Amino acid sequence: MNSRISRRRFVAGAAAASILAGCDSRPVTSFLRAMKDWNAGFEAAIFSSSRLAPELPESATTPEDDFPEYYISDEAPDVPPNWFLTVGGLVERPGRFTLAELQAMTRTSMRVRHHCVEGWSAVASWQGIRVSDLAKVVGIKPDVRYVEFRSFDSGYWSCWDLASAMHPQTLLAWGMNGHPLTSGHGAPLRVYSAVKLGYKMCKYLAEVNFLSDNSGGYWENQGYDWFAGV
Amino acid sequence: MAASAESLPHPRRQQPLPIRVVHWCNAVFIVLMAGSGLQILIAYPYLGPRGALYGWYPLQGVAPPQWLTVGGWLAGGRHWHFAIAWFFVINGLIYLAYLAGSGEWRRRIFNPKRDGRAAVAQFLYYARLRRQPPPHDFYNGLQRLAYTSIVIVGAAMVLSGLAIYKPVQFHALTRLFGGYDGARVVHLAGLALIALFVAAHLVLVALHPKEIVAMVTGGKRE
Repeated sequence: MNSRISRRRFVAGAAAASILAGCDSRPVTSFLRAMKDWNAGFEAAIFSSSRLAPELPESATTPEDDFPEYYISDEAPDVPPNWFLTVGGLVERPGRFTLAELQAMTRTSMRVRHHCVEGWSAVASWQGIRVSDLAKVVGIKPDVRYVEFRSFDSGYWSCWDLASAMHPQTLLAWGMNGHPLTSGHGAPLRVYSAVKLGYKMCKYLAEVNFLSDNSGGYWENQGYDWFAGV
Repeated sequence: MAASAESLPHPRRQQPLPIRVVHWCNAVFIVLMAGSGLQILIAYPYLGPRGALYGWYPLQGVAPPQWLTVGGWLAGGRHWHFAIAWFFVINGLIYLAYLAGSGEWRRRIFNPKRDGRAAVAQFLYYARLRRQPPPHDFYNGLQRLAYTSIVIVGAAMVLSGLAIYKPVQFHALTRLFGGYDGARVVHLAGLALIALFVAAHLVLVALHPKEIVAMVTGGKRE
């Protein structure tokens, strides 16, 4: 089941109506924009930093062939030679981290349900480090409000509210179901979170930036909800 | 407290103004919610999680036609759905508050003791298995049953919708529906029931056009 179909469906939709409403009326568009902002506020207000998504038993795992792969490049992007993660923005100790260096930090694993904006769900376990643990390593400054994840997948990126990024179930994951990420699932490192829709979870990670301003996102800038919590 | 239509203050219009306003707003909201919901369904017209689709669902992979949808694309459908949902809920709460506060509930809400037999008799009458309609006052038993059940369906739609919208933040609610994919089943089944209700409602008011007039002008005072 594949990423390519969903991707085409996404792109066709965006091209057919890049506006919010699917129609051209200005009052309707302003109304929907106002409601979209209202709903983003509502989502942030009901979000709890400590409420955890239920951890699921191994028997709930989706067969991996049925877990959709998703990327915006024509082919799953190859890992650049000498890959490292750049961590920057408003931090005390910006730096570059190799996979081995990240794997030396406090590891964590969780098996949770994945919720896609399209309406499907699937289950896998994910191994990595918490974004909040990385934040401690680099020391984020008090004016950080957002966390931006950037990829080497044709410039795909997504910016998050700080609270969701610091949630204990938001990881930088290198493993899926106990093995290293395959290229279709975002190797070598991707964001995985129990508290966001799939398109917020940037794969093929290249950079994590702690910011004071919201930098949007690939789908978010084309009209999809920015907060996109679950 | 006597649960009878007679305990309402008189005279009273058949359809008081608040009921008419709420009714026609609801008509618009339901069309927009259903259309935008179907637009969302197009993105994944299946029931069941990936790799474990529900075998009993006969319409796996059958996407609703585009002309039934509102929003143009997935993001547009979602914006419509989550925008109008607020108005749908507020409208529903106003309706319930008005029923409770005005006493209108006495002549509208299904009361099994009073309306149970009458509803069956009315059904038999419609099915041509009974010659005379059973005696009725403001509404017949079947009307009360329908107008009460649809409120319950509406509430189930709101709750299952919230369970799909925030399966982690509201995970206790989501569990109540058998999980995220269970909540999607309930949400789609609710849409089917609402569609059935609307179809029957339209046929019946077409057969009794006085009721349409009453829902516009308020009807006679009685």
